[in-house]
Amino acid sequence: MINILIAIAILGIISALFGALLGYASVKYHVQGDPIVEQLDALLPQTQCGQCGYPGCKPYAEAVANGELINKCAPGGEDTIKKIADLMGVEVQPLDESHEQDSSSNGPKVAFIIEADCIGCTKCIQACPVDAIMGAAKQMHTVIADECTGCDLCVAPCPVDCIEMREIPETPQSWQWDLNKIAIKQLT
Amino acid sequence: MTDYILLLIGTVLVNNFVLVQFLGLCPFMGVSSKTETAIGMSFATTFVMTLASLLSYLITTYLLVPLNLEYLTTMSFILVIAVVVQFTEMVVHKTSSNLYRLLGIFLPLITTNCAVLGVALLNLRLQHNFLESIIYGFGAAAGFSLVLIMFSAMREKLANADVPSPFKGAAIAMITAGLMSLAFMGFSGLVKL
Repeated sequence: MINILIAIAILGIISALFGALLGYASVKYHVQGDPIVEQLDALLPQTQCGQCGYPGCKPYAEAVANGELINKCAPGGEDTIKKIADLMGVEVQPLDESHEQDSSSNGPKVAFIIEADCIGCTKCIQACPVDAIMGAAKQMHTVIADECTGCDLCVAPCPVDCIEMREIPETPQSWQWDLNKIAIKQLT
Repeated sequence: MTDYILLLIGTVLVNNFVLVQFLGLCPFMGVSSKTETAIGMSFATTFVMTLASLLSYLITTYLLVPLNLEYLTTMSFILVIAVVVQFTEMVVHKTSSNLYRLLGIFLPLITTNCAVLGVALLNLRLQHNFLESIIYGFGAAAGFSLVLIMFSAMREKLANADVPSPFKGAAIAMITAGLMSLAFMGFSGLVKL
């Protein structure tokens, strides 16, 4: 009988010691939040455009961390998808068709205001997530092309439909080889 | 000194835990599809195995044997392993959240890796002393890491190979493991213990 009590006591002491060690470790190595979400959020373009179906970039980052598809960010394009794929350790997926800005072309685009038609309503300025539209009430607006991310959120609010998305002409700096378009087949 | 080196080589190559003693096959098949994950898993397992064999030696020698409680070894070893794994999981989560996510469920599953419990029990059966226990634990983990990383490298190459469709996936991996095991059998007789 006394042997069994000793056995129980010894096992209890060992467990208590280990429990204390783990308790100390969990305080010492406590992880604040989920660092992966922060890293994903930093990769996203921060346009808060909502084209992915989430209310902003941070919520989409959280969703990706929980296993959402990584190919829903239209402003980020292939480049962002590749970076997210590297971070998450998954395969690169092509940009989701339904979230693509224009199915006829994959090139990056910027908004362009047809200035002759602009009535100066400032509605597009309020819609722009990156403050790339310059102008004042009853004055003609214009888009700062370098700041524009091509999220096309300003197109819908315009009452006179004077905003259109124009493709950025290709320059030697923005040229991409696009080698994947050449189909490579393994011959057996 | 020579004895310790021979013990280390013997554990890594001759009595390899995975390919000769067939312990720890679950992570061997489970985390070997990518080399990066395999390397992370190797480090985690090495840490756990070495620490677990050390702690279990201390507990048997200084607690269980003096009190005639040898029948509690398995139970207390499992306790030790669970604690070390939990500790490793916390450290990995803190230091490399990327690796933590890549390893996923396999990290807590080191607890049920039979190689870890196998090392602790074999230490007891072979009546190793303190230093021998640590070397045996480390050697077992080094052997495990060696074959795991080699196997994952082979599987990465195999992913591009033109494998006949009935053999695709797990089947060819099993065959590869079998051939590796055959190759490791060639080491028997290298070291006599």
